Amino acid sequence: MNAEPALLRLRGITKRFGDLVANGDISLDLRAGEVLALLGENGAGKSTLVSILFGHYIADSGVIEVDGRALPPGQPKAALAAGIGMVHQHFTLADNLSVLDNVMLGTEPLWQAFSRRRAARARLAESATRFGLKVDPDARVGDLSVGERQRVEILKALTRGARILILDEPTAVLTPQESQSLFGTLKRLVVQGMAIVFISHKLDEVLAVSDRVAVLRNGRLVAALPVAGADRAMLAEAMVGRAVPRVAREPTAVGVTRPAAPVCALRGAGLRGAGRRPTLADIDLEVHSGEIVAIAGVAGNGQRALADVLSGLIALDSGTLVIGGAALPARPRAWVEAGVARIPEDRQSTGAIGDMTIWENALLERYASRRFATWGWLRTERAREHARRIVERFDVRGGGALGLDAAARSLSGGNLQKLILGRALSGARYRDVAPTLIVAHQPTWGLDVGAVADLHRRLLEACAAGAGVLLISEDLDEILALADRIAVMSQGRLTAALARSQWTLAELGLAMAGQGLPGMAKSSKPGAETRHVA
Amino acid sequence: MLTETLDLLLGLPFWVAVLRIATPLILGTLGVLLCERAGVLNLGIEGIMVAGAFAGWLAVYQGSGLWTGVAAAALTGALFGLLHGWLTVTLALSQHVSGLGITLLATSLASYAYRVSFPKVESPPTVQPFSDMSAWLPLPVLNQQTPLTLLALLLVPTLAYMLYRTPLGLAVRMVGENPDAAEGQGLSVPALRIGAVMAGSALMGVAGAFLTLAAFNAFYFNMVNGRGWVCVALVVFASWRPGKALVGALLFGFFDALQLRLQQAGSGLFGVDVSYQFYLMLPYVMAIVALVVVARRAAYPQALMKPWRKGER
Amino acid sequence: MWLEPRAQIPAWMWLVAPALAIGFTLLVTSVLVAWAGAPVGRAYALLLEGGFGSRFAWTETLTRATPLILTGLAAAVAFRARLYNIGAEGQLYAGALAAVAVGGLHGGAGFGAPGWILFPLMIAAACAAGALLLLGPALLKSRLGVDEVVTTLLLNFIVLLLVSAMLDGPMKDPTGLGWPQSVAIADALQLDKLVPKSRVHSGLLAAVALALALAALLRHTTLGFEIRAVGANARAAEFAGMPVRAVVWKVALLSGALAGLSGALEVAGRAGYVTLDMSPGYGYSGIVIAMLAALNPIGVVVAAVFVAGMLVGADSMSRAVTVPTYIADVIVAVALIAVLVATMWTRWRVHWGRG
Repeated sequence: MNAEPALLRLRGITKRFGDLVANGDISLDLRAGEVLALLGENGAGKSTLVSILFGHYIADSGVIEVDGRALPPGQPKAALAAGIGMVHQHFTLADNLSVLDNVMLGTEPLWQAFSRRRAARARLAESATRFGLKVDPDARVGDLSVGERQRVEILKALTRGARILILDEPTAVLTPQESQSLFGTLKRLVVQGMAIVFISHKLDEVLAVSDRVAVLRNGRLVAALPVAGADRAMLAEAMVGRAVPRVAREPTAVGVTRPAAPVCALRGAGLRGAGRRPTLADIDLEVHSGEIVAIAGVAGNGQRALADVLSGLIALDSGTLVIGGAALPARPRAWVEAGVARIPEDRQSTGAIGDMTIWENALLERYASRRFATWGWLRTERAREHARRIVERFDVRGGGALGLDAAARSLSGGNLQKLILGRALSGARYRDVAPTLIVAHQPTWGLDVGAVADLHRRLLEACAAGAGVLLISEDLDEILALADRIAVMSQGRLTAALARSQWTLAELGLAMAGQGLPGMAKSSKPGAETRHVA
Repeated sequence: MLTETLDLLLGLPFWVAVLRIATPLILGTLGVLLCERAGVLNLGIEGIMVAGAFAGWLAVYQGSGLWTGVAAAALTGALFGLLHGWLTVTLALSQHVSGLGITLLATSLASYAYRVSFPKVESPPTVQPFSDMSAWLPLPVLNQQTPLTLLALLLVPTLAYMLYRTPLGLAVRMVGENPDAAEGQGLSVPALRIGAVMAGSALMGVAGAFLTLAAFNAFYFNMVNGRGWVCVALVVFASWRPGKALVGALLFGFFDALQLRLQQAGSGLFGVDVSYQFYLMLPYVMAIVALVVVARRAAYPQALMKPWRKGER
Repeated sequence: MWLEPRAQIPAWMWLVAPALAIGFTLLVTSVLVAWAGAPVGRAYALLLEGGFGSRFAWTETLTRATPLILTGLAAAVAFRARLYNIGAEGQLYAGALAAVAVGGLHGGAGFGAPGWILFPLMIAAACAAGALLLLGPALLKSRLGVDEVVTTLLLNFIVLLLVSAMLDGPMKDPTGLGWPQSVAIADALQLDKLVPKSRVHSGLLAAVALALALAALLRHTTLGFEIRAVGANARAAEFAGMPVRAVVWKVALLSGALAGLSGALEVAGRAGYVTLDMSPGYGYSGIVIAMLAALNPIGVVVAAVFVAGMLVGADSMSRAVTVPTYIADVIVAVALIAVLVATMWTRWRVHWGRG
């Protein structure tokens, strides 16, 4: 055990937002040269705690000490001066500016008459070499890949002389191989005396990279212990707090035997896009009724464009797209009427209109149908009844005293997602018919374990009722739990959608990194991971 | 017709007029540019120019020196900028609505103050404006201008230097692109934004003062006549870069001076007899055309018009 | 200082917030009135009396309110869809010109058709003129992403110059005494007075009726639903299947038509012809009115009457005491900002210090 005095001490940190206790009396120590993992589900309070540490929030009570000196609360400037650096989950980078500009920001006094760019450039190059993070200082950040952008975020902290580095869910946007590379970087940092706080909800990562782990649940610290010799099951249960049945699916053979015409078929699909490389190139994909096809891949490889195409928002530039035997125009309403249920990636800004009421949001896709409108006049009573049934059937909680008339933005993430799912799965006719195709883009992002299980369950129900499901997700665990067939998206191209049993974890990782496109034979490289999935 | 036009273009007086007409546009556009680079749309420019024109003129009328008058105009602009900044940054109100409200407030206050100060006059009282620089500046065209024009021209490279080569400029640009990044590096987003808006509004005030203290010598109602809005268009045309803003303002000045000359020459547009109003329309039409031309390529500061709330990530 | 959204608006705020706004406005204007050297109390009394204190005052106020209601509605419906139509002033004049063109050519005989054909034609022409004028900037916005605020603003200046050119030339009144005004529309096409020997005309009824219709449209029709959704979150509306572009165009046509109509009704209800100064900024005031009314059509009627009363009252007050008429504009501007801040306060809780 490290005998050095603690570099960072948190004592009794408490933070409330209204009635919600985001952090309850949390105390932790961190030593130099140590990786401390903050483990917990979404909503457990991990991000709040580090936001307090970094000065974005002020704790209601509690103290933070760095090197024995108290840290003034609520000032990122003080945190930075004390040597705390943070790599945020959503990168704080300006796309229109260069890497050097982003790194230099805030490092010089504002009243200085000129920027010492050459010195900054040298410092950046030195940090880059020392920690093994290569970037081009003059590249425009908007042009960089996600992994490169994360490197810039890390360099921002390092060039300011951070001694304590906080990483908030850093692997959420990386391929398995890139994650390994990140872990290597972290190990190099630790050897040089850095203390690292690593936030994650993925147990395996935490066990692989950290020295100690602190488990948060519902805002409280429920366990803090060294990783060596820690019991996996105990950590998992501490994280979740109760036995939640993880939904898992026996893969069906539907896609392989292809009994009927597919509900969705893409052939040679392509989309040009703004850059030199096409956004989508030569995509072949089929989804059959009753099967779940998942598209894995790291963010930024064309998933958003593919989801937009499959939601009816954009038209293809080349190739064909057939839904239920017909080519649909690029008008979302035609897709809704053709029985395609779409769950968008961003529920707050694309899925719902926060300022409108719950019942109005429930009506959003169907308002023009004959059931809810007569000659342009809205049948409000019928719309409210429809909304009430969705809320009941899909267990949408919230709204308080106003009920259906509450603004949608008052709903929690999980309940909003249930509303959106309910709306997508409910038809306009009196007898709700299951949709033919469900297009779900990151449906469980940011939801807690209970909400995730609930959503998975409903997807499976719809699938059993005959819908074909296309799941686009960056969460490999989710894909491995649900999918019948998996295809991997990389740089606008799609591998073949092979049955789950035909993929190994290493092959998935390689494909996500762009190596292992269709046609590549499965090689038996020495030392390659041969753990088969499912 | 062609020879007449060539004579016109080769003569110095024409270019003197171009530069004189362009000056308030240079100042106003730089002011809007500074605000928008920090992420705040400032539609108060039309009113602030009126208020600046009045404040500068009043100060001189009451006995101050000309540069004191310019300072008064700048201060007036900065105060309205502070109000706009408070409404849009601290209270996160709609930037469109706040700006239009400020235009209305500034214009009506200036008109009111003028009428209260001079209830009975018929023709506006005059002041002694800036004289040209021919006494000490040997350069042609430029020496026929007032020192305010020189100030405007010097401000272009100064502002460019500030924005691109100083830490303060980088900070200002960053709050216009990604305010979270600025906050994460220990900077205060509200302070930077409000500061930029105040500075930009001060420039707008000086643009107004140019009208009463250099171009003309008295305060008229309807003096600004839409030039503030032209500046807002010019900023888009200039892709938020000071150098291009200068080009845009000069281009606009060129067309405005041209239509004035054509009107005076009375030779009509290619021989067709055209009412003078159509000449007067040209500048506004040009501004719209300029907007259309650059529309597709416009690279807006990414956080423009998006309110920022601390802690919302 | 930082802001936290309130979960629910306490009931007492519905009264206190507007009261604070009004109080603040009165305070500021009192200072200005005192600066002008006039007794504050008496000035206010005169203001209120001049706007609302007598039957005559009311007729004057309602006359002024008529075009304000329509430009207010034009701004309200456009702003609801986040289409910032600042061009109501130009659309008003365009509508007025079109009305005179249809109703006043050939020395006032129009096209020679009977009144009951000519009148609707005249109104339709005015609405079309206003609508088409806004369609240009709307198209530029949806196709090219050009900000409509600047384009509509610049168009105002262009239209005004066009009107001036028309009044000097083709549409000049031959019997006018050198004062630029247009030909007049036929007598038969002029609107009846609601109250004899006053200036308030039946255009007021049309304006109020349209306000009610617009309120019903926004609340109960699919188009209204679309407008509200697109204005609140165009991205989500598009995703859900709403034809966002079509909605924006419909809003543009509607908003422009309302502004154009206000011009036609001013012509038909007041002088019968167009002059350069027939609108003392009704288009711009309409925007302020829409914002004061929180984009609510019924609220627009109330706000329009308030603003009209201020304008009329200030005119009459300035004849009695030495306060310039511009006080009315100041009152409206300060009221706007005060109402915005007060509304803000009802929805967000203010915390001092840092978060």
